[in-house]
Amino acid sequence: MKLTSAFLASTALAVAFSPAVAQEMSNEMTIVSWGGAYQRSQQEAYSKPYVEMHPEVTVTWDESSNEAVAKLRAMNEAGNITWDLVDVVAADAIRLCDEGLAMEYDPDDLLAEAPDGTSAEDDFGDLIVSDCFIPQIVYSTTFGYRTDMVGDTPPTDVCAVFDLEAYPGKRALEKRPINNMEWALYCDGVAKDEIYDVLATPEGQDQALAKLDTIKDDVIWWSAGADTPQLLADGEVVMGSTYNGRLFSVIVEQNQPVGMLWDMQVFDLDGWIIPEGLSDEELARVKDFLFFATDTQRLADQAKYISYGPARQSSAPLVGEHADLGIAMAPHMPTDPDNAKNTLLYNYEFWADYRDDIDAKFQSWLVQ
Amino acid sequence: MADATQTNAGASGRAPDDASGQAQDSGATGPVLAADGTPLKASLNRALRAQKLRALALIAPLLIFVLVTFIAPIVDMLFRSVENQIVSETLPRTVAELSDWEATSNTLPDDATFDALYYDLFLASEYKNHTRLGSRLNYEQTGMSSMFRRVGRDVGDFGDLYLDQFEDLDERWDEAEPWAALMAHPGYLEDAAEWRESRDADRIDPRDTPAPRFRLAPGIEDLLPKTAQAYTHYAAFMRTEEEETADEDEPWTLVSTMLYEDLMAASAADIAAYDGPMADALQTAHAAAPDFETMTRKAQFLEADDEWGNLDNWATIKVYSPSYTSGYFLTAVDMKLGADGIVSQPEDQQIYGLLFKRTLFMSMVITISCILLGYPVAWLLANLPMRSANLLMILVLLPFWTSLLVRTSAWKVMLQQQGVINDVLVWLGVVADESRLIMINNQFGTIVAMTHILLPFMILPLYSVMQTIQPSYLRAAKSLGATPFTAFWRVYFPQSVPGIGAGSILVFILAIGYYITPEIVGGTSGTFISNRIAYHISSSLNWGLAAALGTILLGAVLILYWAYDRIVGIDNVKLGG
Repeated sequence: MKLTSAFLASTALAVAFSPAVAQEMSNEMTIVSWGGAYQRSQQEAYSKPYVEMHPEVTVTWDESSNEAVAKLRAMNEAGNITWDLVDVVAADAIRLCDEGLAMEYDPDDLLAEAPDGTSAEDDFGDLIVSDCFIPQIVYSTTFGYRTDMVGDTPPTDVCAVFDLEAYPGKRALEKRPINNMEWALYCDGVAKDEIYDVLATPEGQDQALAKLDTIKDDVIWWSAGADTPQLLADGEVVMGSTYNGRLFSVIVEQNQPVGMLWDMQVFDLDGWIIPEGLSDEELARVKDFLFFATDTQRLADQAKYISYGPARQSSAPLVGEHADLGIAMAPHMPTDPDNAKNTLLYNYEFWADYRDDIDAKFQSWLVQ
Repeated sequence: MADATQTNAGASGRAPDDASGQAQDSGATGPVLAADGTPLKASLNRALRAQKLRALALIAPLLIFVLVTFIAPIVDMLFRSVENQIVSETLPRTVAELSDWEATSNTLPDDATFDALYYDLFLASEYKNHTRLGSRLNYEQTGMSSMFRRVGRDVGDFGDLYLDQFEDLDERWDEAEPWAALMAHPGYLEDAAEWRESRDADRIDPRDTPAPRFRLAPGIEDLLPKTAQAYTHYAAFMRTEEEETADEDEPWTLVSTMLYEDLMAASAADIAAYDGPMADALQTAHAAAPDFETMTRKAQFLEADDEWGNLDNWATIKVYSPSYTSGYFLTAVDMKLGADGIVSQPEDQQIYGLLFKRTLFMSMVITISCILLGYPVAWLLANLPMRSANLLMILVLLPFWTSLLVRTSAWKVMLQQQGVINDVLVWLGVVADESRLIMINNQFGTIVAMTHILLPFMILPLYSVMQTIQPSYLRAAKSLGATPFTAFWRVYFPQSVPGIGAGSILVFILAIGYYITPEIVGGTSGTFISNRIAYHISSSLNWGLAAALGTILLGAVLILYWAYDRIVGIDNVKLGG
């Protein structure tokens, strides 16, 4: 009852205060996202209710977020932007903002207030990590392990990944330096708050690679988020890193013998950017949609379909139960206090600066 | 159009050749004339030319289509491997100043260079070009990305030092309108006010009707040259980027900095002679300027980030300042264009040579596997009765109708350690459960999956060539006393070589550019150079290096094709009967 009235209230609010009611709006919108369960959660929570309110709008989904930076750059060079709204991780948003490919925005102007009147800027808080980035969810990259392959001592420490004696078998790690280098240094004895200072030096990078070298022969490198859940389900790997939402669906929705290892999970953000160079009509439509899709209730609704934490503080108390399974979603959120005892926050500034350098080193280490 | 005339010239070039042969024959009896009295040669030429033109007109749509949609984009992409205008376009003044500086001098560039850098970077950070330049230079020198990113955040504040002191003298120095009155032509201000009015009343769209073009106040350029230049840049920025007029906002701190420099250079008499707007403020500022607290630009840059004191970074800017560079190609062959010329990359960063060799080697292995597997199948297809051959043919073609990704993923299911093949082997007791074979995420997996995927490209040309080989030849050889092997090897096989050639070229060239299959099943030891190209296109955004790698790959294929032509002869290749 409470939820319904909140829903009605915020819908009414959205209709009444939509910023561009009088303006001409394009009736077609191309939204770029990641595909899979994540995109489905966005469709259920944002675009379906929006299209119900505005039946004249056709929404096209493009599953290109993986290559969004390169494609946006190509579109920009060709002078023909065909996307209206793009879902990217925060690091890519920073890059796009730096290259002038994403539009800067004013949170209080574009986004709805919280139901209690808190301004959007305060409601999102620190999560607005770039002037172009409109946060949506908090997710984490963490490990899952096969409960039937770890004996009586399920791992509770991320360094189990580097412990081939206690946990023999293959591991799945992402084919990029980000996160892997941090875990390697942490498990090589570097204090958590010094990880990035160490990683900024060539010696520190070598140290991290040397630690990864100890398990290199037992690693299957993944590049798509769906790889690790599949490898775990097949029993190909004993443990592997991936996004927590993917592990949630393996464990809860597909009932596989997989357990979560929340230790040293790395928090990251995902959200929207508006490409630079839209026409006025397209921009008006995108703004109208965003005002609706990023309000408190919509972000909380998304958590019914996938276990990612909503980016607004005001959405957290509204997170309810899984849409199909009816289980409480809160304990499966990466931000749940039980899960977030030892965490790392993705260091956007560091990786924006060092991504090229460390990536070159990591990739040549990989093929050697 | 140029191509059309060229082709035409080339085509008609042959016609006179034929005709001149005739002319020589008839040389003794004088030129042969056509019915209308013109020489037959000319008449023939005209008829042929018309024919050629008509033929050309018929293929023109296709030719133009191919040129525009295929050749041009490829050439454009390959051209990126040498393009490097970004440095001289983003930092034009700095690059000019640096031409006198030598990295070997072991001293930092002079103050004039830092002044130029300040001006360039201020503009670049307003236009948000500096991070793009930083990423470009970071490919060559580690850490330059962060250097540009950091300074881009700070460079806007360098001028606060002067702006604050001007403001202490007179509040108007921090306001939009007094500045505009000082710098802008009165006519511009009138136009600007009018334009603003129609914009605010929504009568015009600022995108279609930009603000009026900025004009400097008369005489101000002589009095304050640097300030005038900076203010003009500011006004242009407001017009194109902000869609506003110059007097709507207070100018950049760059303008205040330039004003300080102009005031220090100007004589008191010139300043006193000025009687336009803000004359009083200018005089006060001129009197006070010598006592201003100052800081050299070099000191400001070093305070913002001490990387600006690193000679290697400056050497990189200088080495990569020309508009065209060989840097990407050198990187693509594991070398580096540094301050002291061309050097090899450190051992632990050499990857491209290894990957090129691996790509060629694995493509050859795949081609040979395809020949070995495809030859018997093609032979069967060609020699079975029509009905069974057609059935087999469908089996060969079936993979063509299945998605590449599905076929590759199927191999994953087959080959992985908990996969079908390992399960069967364990069940049979051939291998122990603990020592299951590793057949995927390595070279073996890539070779198996790609051989399977490319097999039809070998079988089809082989089959179509084998179909044309008369079975009676084999029978004749046997009846003359050849053993089955001799008959096959001496009679049948040589006739099927054109099919092998065609199949091998197809398979090899397709294999060398494959990337999805190696990406999925290749792990780290089974990846190709194309995986790196894809990485540089979509992840690292180093398109120049990707283009250089692509150009080398294309060159390698062309050389191999040429070698094949020399050894086997391209006329010996048959795709069909």
